Amino acid sequence: MLLRLNADSVLSHCRNSCDCKMNFSEVFKQSNHLCKVSPDGKYLATCVQYRLVVRDLGTLQILQLYTCLDQVSHMEWSSDSLFILCAMYKRGLVQVWSLEQPDWHCKIDEGSIGLVSSRWSPDGRHILNTTEFHLRITVWSLCTKAVSYIKYPKACQKGIDFSTDGCYMALAERRDCKDYVSIFVCDDWHLLRHFETETQDLAGLEWSPNGCVLAVWDSCLEYKVLLYSLDGRLLSTYSAYEWSLGVKSVSWSPSSQFLAIGSYDEKVRILNHITWKKIVQFEHPATIDNMKAIVYKEVERRPAVVSDEMSLHNITMGSTLLSTQSKYEICPLPVQIPVVKPEPDRANPKIGVSVLAFSSDSRYLATKNDNMATAVWVWDMQKMSLEAVLEHTSAVRCVMWDPRRPRLALCTGNSKLYLWSPGGCVSVQVPAEGSFQVQSLNWHCSGDSVILLGKDQLCLCYMDTDHEEK
Amino acid sequence: MKFSTQVADGCTATMPESSQAKDARCCSVECRTPPLSHFSQSSLPLHRNSHRLSTFCTEHNLQECLSHISQEVSLLGLSPGWTESVSSSQLDVVAVLNCMYDLIQLHHRSLRTLENMEMEQLKLSSNVDYLKINNTHLKEEVEVSKRQNTGLLERERQLHLKLKSLQNCLKNEKEEVQKLQNIISSRACQFNHEMKRREREFTKLKERLNQLLADKKDRKPGDTSIDVLNNIGRADGKRSLWKTEKTEAKHEGEMYRTLLSDYDMRQRELVLENAELRKVMQQMKKEMVSILKSRKLIPKGENYEHNDTQAASDEDDEVFDPSKESVELFCIDAREKLTNSIRLQWRRLKSHVERLDSQVSLTRMSESNIDDAVPRENHEEEMDRLKMEIQRCKDFIQKQQQLLQKQLSCACNEDPVSLQNDGYMLQEKKRLGEEWKSLEEQRKSFERERRNFTEAAIRLSHERKIFEEDRGTWLKQQFLSMSPFGNSKQLHAPKSSSALLIAETEVRAPMAPETPSECRSDSASPIPGSVSLTPSSAGDLECQLCLIPENGVTYCSSKHGKSEHFEELSPLCESISLRDKQWRESEDLSSHSLTPEKSSSI
Repeated sequence: MLLRLNADSVLSHCRNSCDCKMNFSEVFKQSNHLCKVSPDGKYLATCVQYRLVVRDLGTLQILQLYTCLDQVSHMEWSSDSLFILCAMYKRGLVQVWSLEQPDWHCKIDEGSIGLVSSRWSPDGRHILNTTEFHLRITVWSLCTKAVSYIKYPKACQKGIDFSTDGCYMALAERRDCKDYVSIFVCDDWHLLRHFETETQDLAGLEWSPNGCVLAVWDSCLEYKVLLYSLDGRLLSTYSAYEWSLGVKSVSWSPSSQFLAIGSYDEKVRILNHITWKKIVQFEHPATIDNMKAIVYKEVERRPAVVSDEMSLHNITMGSTLLSTQSKYEICPLPVQIPVVKPEPDRANPKIGVSVLAFSSDSRYLATKNDNMATAVWVWDMQKMSLEAVLEHTSAVRCVMWDPRRPRLALCTGNSKLYLWSPGGCVSVQVPAEGSFQVQSLNWHCSGDSVILLGKDQLCLCYMDTDHEEK
Repeated sequence: MKFSTQVADGCTATMPESSQAKDARCCSVECRTPPLSHFSQSSLPLHRNSHRLSTFCTEHNLQECLSHISQEVSLLGLSPGWTESVSSSQLDVVAVLNCMYDLIQLHHRSLRTLENMEMEQLKLSSNVDYLKINNTHLKEEVEVSKRQNTGLLERERQLHLKLKSLQNCLKNEKEEVQKLQNIISSRACQFNHEMKRREREFTKLKERLNQLLADKKDRKPGDTSIDVLNNIGRADGKRSLWKTEKTEAKHEGEMYRTLLSDYDMRQRELVLENAELRKVMQQMKKEMVSILKSRKLIPKGENYEHNDTQAASDEDDEVFDPSKESVELFCIDAREKLTNSIRLQWRRLKSHVERLDSQVSLTRMSESNIDDAVPRENHEEEMDRLKMEIQRCKDFIQKQQQLLQKQLSCACNEDPVSLQNDGYMLQEKKRLGEEWKSLEEQRKSFERERRNFTEAAIRLSHERKIFEEDRGTWLKQQFLSMSPFGNSKQLHAPKSSSALLIAETEVRAPMAPETPSECRSDSASPIPGSVSLTPSSAGDLECQLCLIPENGVTYCSSKHGKSEHFEELSPLCESISLRDKQWRESEDLSSHSLTPEKSSSI
């Protein structure tokens, strides 16, 4: 069942840092990009239309197969990896399946009130359903069948966030044309704090990883980031500028030391956790002349000579013959990065930093500026400088850090997987049958494999890191 | 005088009209007369006067006239010079003349004044004209300026109007802007209000919807439902608890606990950081103190010691109790002490460094104080020295270069000399070779010629022999026939001449080897033997020809003489002359034939 292939297109110079051996699994079907690994890393759940398939990640054999009432629009593992939630928004239905007891079932019907979002509470025993028009959030308990409602949730970018330890939930609310934040204790949904925020139109909130600070930011019309303590005290307010489109993305470093704020002015500002002042500002210039940075550029070329090992597969898989080969090349500085000018009379212009991702060790920050969609910037947070820029032939779709190592995986909607690590950069052709275009990816929590999601397929990529660990 | 006036008075009484008339006439005349022609004018009145006199004065009224005139004259302020009583018949001519003269003078004067007056008048009139013209001009100007003024006024008025309109416009615009701003703000306000209203409505609707749904749910329990097979236990295995005050307090407590732990952690981090910083500070302080101490030890008794003495005491005890400090590291006092001492030390160090700096500058100053230009001089000296050195080096390099060049050129020169020599030699050799070749060629040609000559000589000897035999036969014949048959002799001439020609060449043959040498001496250029030699040989031929007769018979050089001589000579000589003639002809021929060759060779 497991098809192990060797990827030879790995650059030799990054063999030590990036794994030289990558094995790809067979391709499986999936729909709606619904494919998740259980939090304990043992199972893989995928949805194919109205069916939920649970596989063992080691063998990729199907363990369970559940049939839902309709096509699944959302699927989520409970934190203890025992239950799987399948939401069918159109029908206003949520079905929960148990891995241990296949015949156990649970169905939640939101009825005519509708359903737009469904999620697990961190304890894995409650389900939070957001109804249509953000009328309310219904909290269903699987333990007691009890239901509770939270009124006035705000419909915004990120109106709900659980602290990492799963103790608290912060919820943005809108009452009397004012923004409020409610902090609930997830244990029994006790409202711990409820306070008004100094925002015009709250756009999102996010807990710091240590769960003590809540970052709240205003909508893009105003650059305003507010930091609240767990007990509702305003710790600090930060505003970089006025009269221009403001915050586009916010991200905490895993160490809670830094708060990165990406904005429409194509800059990332890093705040520290002691004074909440700006430490450094990362700009995304179109011309990179920072001599410390390495610019990797993806260079496409038609496959002229195919290695023997590849050709064997190529004979079997004709598609790869047709696809272009590409690899990273180190560009001499200065480098010009293609910039797309956004249309000024359109809402939500394609400009500004929309992606901010810290590596698991908080050492690196990956960013993406929307008007330079082909480039991913990697910043070193120790040196507070640009480390590398990866320029691709097409727009970057998804950027994910390895949850264990400083290793970045990204995809651009073609049949390649791109990896960056401090030692180098590599692009790997996914040796799958037919046209497998990687549109999204997910790391396994161990960092040993990546799930590559195509349009209606998925493929696992195993990083053979044994020799490195031993 | 009084008398005369009386007379005049009487006269005037008698003839007032006439004088008046005359005056008027005079005036009219004078008015009529052109002012410029006063000569004619003067003559005209005279003439008239005479004419008048003729009518005025007659024999009968002489007396009256006299009195009248005297009266007139006295009226004019002149003394008549004559008395009426005395001279009724005879007038004192002198007096009359004097009077006349005076009158004329008067007249002239009046004329002159008149003239002046006229001139004046003319001037004035022209002046008036000028002024009039000027006036008109000015009037025109005034007119123009007036017009301009009105134009300007008009424009000003217009501009004023424009300004007013613009001001109005501006005011309007401002009002508009204000209005728009008001509108905007009101709109914003309205919008905000509306939004709030909508939001409120929205929330109300939501509420209502909620309520409705709740009501519905009450009625129809299947609408929003949960269908669980069997309840599952909590993840932590505990039972869910009732919400009580206690749980609330517990949550609060937990929250604060997490916050506290976070703060605790942060504080610990900060303490660590602080401790590290303090360590650094301690070290810094120690180092500073050590630096200052060493400094103090060396320059003791300096002028700046008094600065340190006051601080020395506390400095010492601070220096000696770092261990103590570490014990009470976190005490505020200790911290303050530390920071203070560091500050103090730092100040001291700074002042010390500054002092050192100033000292350095002072020493420099003192060095430079002797004369300010010392460093500069030094500099210059150094510069000069360096320049010199550079010059020297340059010279050296040049010399070396020269030497090298010389050596090279020596090698070259030697070579060139030798080369030149060689070249010369080669040239010489070449030349010599060429000469040799030419000589060789010449030799060959000579050889050839000699062979020719020998052949010729052989032939000649043959011919001579034949000739001898001929001569013998001829002599024999002559002897035999001793008769004067000159004709027969002449018939033989061509034959003999040919023989002679051969003989001559034979004569020249032994001399032939010498001729090339002569040629060579004349010109170093190698001459192709046979051709170039011929001219010289021609000359030789001539002299040889000259010699030939000498060989035979001695006679003078002139040809005419020769011919005469021939005729005078004995018939024996006739043959010779004939032969000579033949020779000359041949010589001419040869010279003719040779001259072009000569020219060509030269």
